[in-house]
Amino acid sequence: MTKTRIPEIIDRHREALLSEWLSLQSQLLSARGDRIFEQQTKTNSQDFLNALSDALSRSRGPDIAAPEWSRVRDLLTDLSRERAGQGFSPSETATFVFSFKQPLFVRLGAEYPDDASALQDELWTATELLDRLGLLTIEAYQKIREQVITRQQQEMLELSTPVVELWSGILALPLIGTLDSARTQIVMENLLTSIVNKGADLAVIDITGVPTVDTLVAQHLLKTVAAARLMGAECIISGIRPQIAQTIIHLGVDLSGVVTKATLADAFQLALKKRKLAIKPAGTD
Amino acid sequence: MERIPILKLGSFLLVTIQVDMHDQLALALQDDLTDRIVRDRARGVLIDISALDVVDSFIGRMLGNIATMARILDAETVVVGMRPSVAITLVELGVSLQGIRTALNVDRGMDLLRAGIDGEIGIDDSQEG
Repeated sequence: MTKTRIPEIIDRHREALLSEWLSLQSQLLSARGDRIFEQQTKTNSQDFLNALSDALSRSRGPDIAAPEWSRVRDLLTDLSRERAGQGFSPSETATFVFSFKQPLFVRLGAEYPDDASALQDELWTATELLDRLGLLTIEAYQKIREQVITRQQQEMLELSTPVVELWSGILALPLIGTLDSARTQIVMENLLTSIVNKGADLAVIDITGVPTVDTLVAQHLLKTVAAARLMGAECIISGIRPQIAQTIIHLGVDLSGVVTKATLADAFQLALKKRKLAIKPAGTD
Repeated sequence: MERIPILKLGSFLLVTIQVDMHDQLALALQDDLTDRIVRDRARGVLIDISALDVVDSFIGRMLGNIATMARILDAETVVVGMRPSVAITLVELGVSLQGIRTALNVDRGMDLLRAGIDGEIGIDDSQEG
């Protein structure tokens, strides 16, 4: 394979290529057209052109995993991260690379007016290369989005299981959202750790925010109650809605070993009673 | 052979398990404990497992056995200081130690035993009166 002349062509027509490419980009991404973004795109495009011609002149083929391409790869990964963070779609992100095809192909055509086979070779090299770079951009975009999703899931798990202290020795655990195995594990760990740290011997598990209770959820609840009991703390389950009470009975779930109350207030009152405390109206001694 | 020490505290016995339990040790503990309950006329047994990182189904069953034996000898058993990770493991193993009383620490366990005995005396008093 003859050495490609693309880097030379890029160097020679740098300014023209850049302006054509930029105008194409702003046309394709017109919805995003603000000043800051255009400035940023310009910087990115210049950097990319430099890195591309540099990498092309040093590399043998379109193998973009080779070390010569590391700067181009880093540039594109950074670009993907930036655009993913700004809420761009994958195709909008990949447009950056793909929109470079048109200006480059026009130059290539002008460069080989008579030599069809050489033109074809060059076009093929350029297409293959830019396609791979485009795919790399999309992959990087995907990876960054996945990282975001994983982090958010983690945050949601932590946020959704707060353990609050109602009174000294009385904890409350308001559960919100569906209770699956992974969450039960975290709920259980949180509750048991708080029981130890606060020295609590009563815990109210409030399931007002749990949309449905099936056999699995009930089993998870019973497990949590059993674990707390093993530690020496008693659990009260509260916030059982009429609908859920019916479901539990229809499913044949046995909750007889657990104290249940309709509302958190009832459960709190019971907990106070168990600690030999009472709430009185002010002024009555 | 190593043995687990049993301390007498008033009318209660305190057992602190600090080493990994194996079959032989567990059986020796059962022997010693039943002996001591009878000899000291103990009314309650506190088993502190706060030093145990790992409790398997065997130790779970052994604790259950000890509690049953103690009850036959008219002593209450309270298991205290179970770690959260141990509690989760036991629940996952399906060992729920039904019939054993539990408490957060030795202090609370002692309160529980005292309350139980006071209650009994209270009942006795009312019957006599």
